[in-house]
Amino acid sequence: MKQTAEVKQAYSTGTNFPLKEKLISFLFKYGTLLVIGLLVLFFSITNEQFLTYGNFTDILRSISIVTLVAIGVTFTLIVGGFDLSVGSTVSLATIGSAAALVWYRQELLVALLVPLVLGLLVGLVNSFIVVKIKIPDLLGTLAVMYIVNGIQLSYTKGFSIYNNMPMADGGTAPGAFIPSFLFIGQGELFSIPFPAILMIFFVIVVHLFLTYTKAGRLLYVTGANREAARLSGVPVDRYRMYAYLLSGLFAAIAGIVLASRIGTGQVSAGAPLLMDGVAAALIGYSILGAGKPNVIGTFVGSVLIGILLNGLTMMNVPYYAQDIVKGIILIGALAFTFYQKKAADIKI
Amino acid sequence: MSKLEMKDICKSFDKTEVLKKVSLSVNSGEVHALLGVNGAGKSTLVKILAGDYEKNNGKILLSGKEISISSPADAKKHGIGIVVQEVDTALFPTLTVAENLAIDSYTNGFKLSRLSWKPIKKRAKALLQEMNISIDVNKPVSECSLSEKQMILIARAVAGNVRYLILDEPTAPLSKKETQTLFTLIQDLKDKGVGIIYISHRMPEIKSISDRFTVMRDGNVIVTEETQKASTDQIIQHMLGRSLKNSERKTKDVSSKPVMKVSDLAVSETGKTIDLTVHEGEIVGIAGLVGAGKSETARALFGADEAKGKWFINGKEQKIRSPLHAIQSGICLVPEERRKEGVLVDRNVRENLSLPAIRSFTRLGWLLAKKEEQSARKGIQQLGVVTSSPNALVKHLSGGNQQKVAIGKWISPDRHVYMFDEPTKGIDVNAKKEVFQLIHSLAEQGKGVLYFTSEIDELLEIADRILVMYDGEIIATYSAREATQENIMQAATGGITK
Repeated sequence: MKQTAEVKQAYSTGTNFPLKEKLISFLFKYGTLLVIGLLVLFFSITNEQFLTYGNFTDILRSISIVTLVAIGVTFTLIVGGFDLSVGSTVSLATIGSAAALVWYRQELLVALLVPLVLGLLVGLVNSFIVVKIKIPDLLGTLAVMYIVNGIQLSYTKGFSIYNNMPMADGGTAPGAFIPSFLFIGQGELFSIPFPAILMIFFVIVVHLFLTYTKAGRLLYVTGANREAARLSGVPVDRYRMYAYLLSGLFAAIAGIVLASRIGTGQVSAGAPLLMDGVAAALIGYSILGAGKPNVIGTFVGSVLIGILLNGLTMMNVPYYAQDIVKGIILIGALAFTFYQKKAADIKI
Repeated sequence: MSKLEMKDICKSFDKTEVLKKVSLSVNSGEVHALLGVNGAGKSTLVKILAGDYEKNNGKILLSGKEISISSPADAKKHGIGIVVQEVDTALFPTLTVAENLAIDSYTNGFKLSRLSWKPIKKRAKALLQEMNISIDVNKPVSECSLSEKQMILIARAVAGNVRYLILDEPTAPLSKKETQTLFTLIQDLKDKGVGIIYISHRMPEIKSISDRFTVMRDGNVIVTEETQKASTDQIIQHMLGRSLKNSERKTKDVSSKPVMKVSDLAVSETGKTIDLTVHEGEIVGIAGLVGAGKSETARALFGADEAKGKWFINGKEQKIRSPLHAIQSGICLVPEERRKEGVLVDRNVRENLSLPAIRSFTRLGWLLAKKEEQSARKGIQQLGVVTSSPNALVKHLSGGNQQKVAIGKWISPDRHVYMFDEPTKGIDVNAKKEVFQLIHSLAEQGKGVLYFTSEIDELLEIADRILVMYDGEIIATYSAREATQENIMQAATGGITK
């Protein structure tokens, strides 16, 4: 009671309330990391299997694909845009590599190039629709999401692609998922899963790109205030286009890893990745008080979701209930970001 | 005859007194013009009347009886209506004209009754017909022109049985023909006994439409008089206050070499064409009241808005279709909306300062962090920016320091022409002095400067030559020697013809 009276008084007299302010700024900076720490502690107490090397690599492997999608989402968020089509693009890329391998008996290079080109094409279409035609990003990329999903379904007639599958001509498929392709999603280097290595590699590269290059700076500047950036001579439309291209590219990389991981070309396999990717990127805003999209934050966001799902599964929480927890965590992380943002704006 | 009176109205914001015992009255059937330079307190006064602000002190009387107005609804109840300058803020763009006209009857208490469309449309039609306005009532407001939107707002006020109507600079965005239509409408309202408070800067309009006028200056009423009895010169004199002799300022020799020459620049925002030349080391002031089209022209010159014309920079023709082209040709702009357009408030000082010249801080696509940091420190020192570090966010700086950053980012030997749009808006006296010093030093380096402002004092202090804009066109040119408050004001209010 006494505390509330004090708070009230602090508000009514307009004086600062340093303890409260300090607590908020601490939570804003370290809140998400604190939550991760507490989760690890909780899960390792309740389940002895949780804190093992095997489980650790399991978590990394499981989050690698989501993280790649989330990196793409981060790029569009940085320029103040949004890309809803990444899930469909993952599916398209998965089907692209599977079809190249199984239906056309292609080698590794083609199985990689086909999805990458497809991803870039989707990015190009998105940027044309959003930047040139000026359809609001959410609506434009929503339409593309449907179209791309429809394309991969039509191409496969709704069936998944797998080794030795029966073909229309009565025979079986000529090609197969080759070992070198499967290594991408299933292999290990120095007993670290290869997809995890790939993920960490891209997180570092993208972090360096965003922090230390001109292009990275201009992407952020474009998102910070498009008109002010334009009046400073930044070709803002071009940088918005780059963001959508990169978004498509990373969705395609995620699609390749996914195809290799499951060893089949599952139709619509990427759909659930959209929301997890967006969630990871949004949680990333809160890491170390960044208050803006950043790739390290995105990675931590993925880790948080990964640990959560892993721990909940170990506790036998059914998968359909896990979404509830995911949503609550997202609200918590966003609260850390936006509550402080408002307070900071009021101060001016 | 009824009468709306405001007596000894006082109003302060924080500790600044904006209105100091202001009294104003308007009779029914009268057009009362309210004049004054920017910051005189006109808008605050009418906003109190319309219920947007609450007065600190004073009385409002309607036909001798005191009334209290503490919300727009109160004002409406007493028959006081306002047509604001930004008409879009008062209308619902996706609804039809008829619905917009009927909006007041929706908000009149919560009734869960069936909405019937026919009477709404019928009433709207009848209302517009009665006022001789021809607008299709089924059209969404978003498709209406600015003048139509104004008409709708006036009609809405009339529908609410308005007895006193405030028009805040209604003609600023209107064409000549539209202005005439508006005047006919005002005349009709007058004949019906509506009292009108008419805020404007445009002298010919005031002479032709108003019965009485009041001039405000620095929160005081200077004079209230019958319009017929005062000359334009006298009114301007009242607005300016002191009859200033031009302060003895050294006129410097300006080179005759044009650094920028722009011909036949058709500014699509104003629909007008201008020609302009700036010489090396010359500070050209462009005076004009709010709504004269200064910002629009500045943005057009900078390639930020659509415009057609010929740019010659140092004698060479340049194609300018975007701010990037303008910057590459050596033109830069310090825009009026500092926080929205001049700086990136969410980025730090260092990044703001390096942004236009980011290429020079880059090698093979990588940023040269050290070079950028050093250059930022040097800039901060030269410009006198008060900041805790180059890495402080610009939003934590004061207005004056933000402005120094907005100017400082352009300091480079590659720029030849500097345009400033209201650069002293919202900054304190000291910062203003520093901004002036910066501008002088740019001129000394041989840069051409274009200084757009409605503050005539500033131009008399800084400009070598003053162009006056009225309604999107340059209608007068004065050398520093010829220029006085009076002749600039006269031109800016349309008191002279081209």
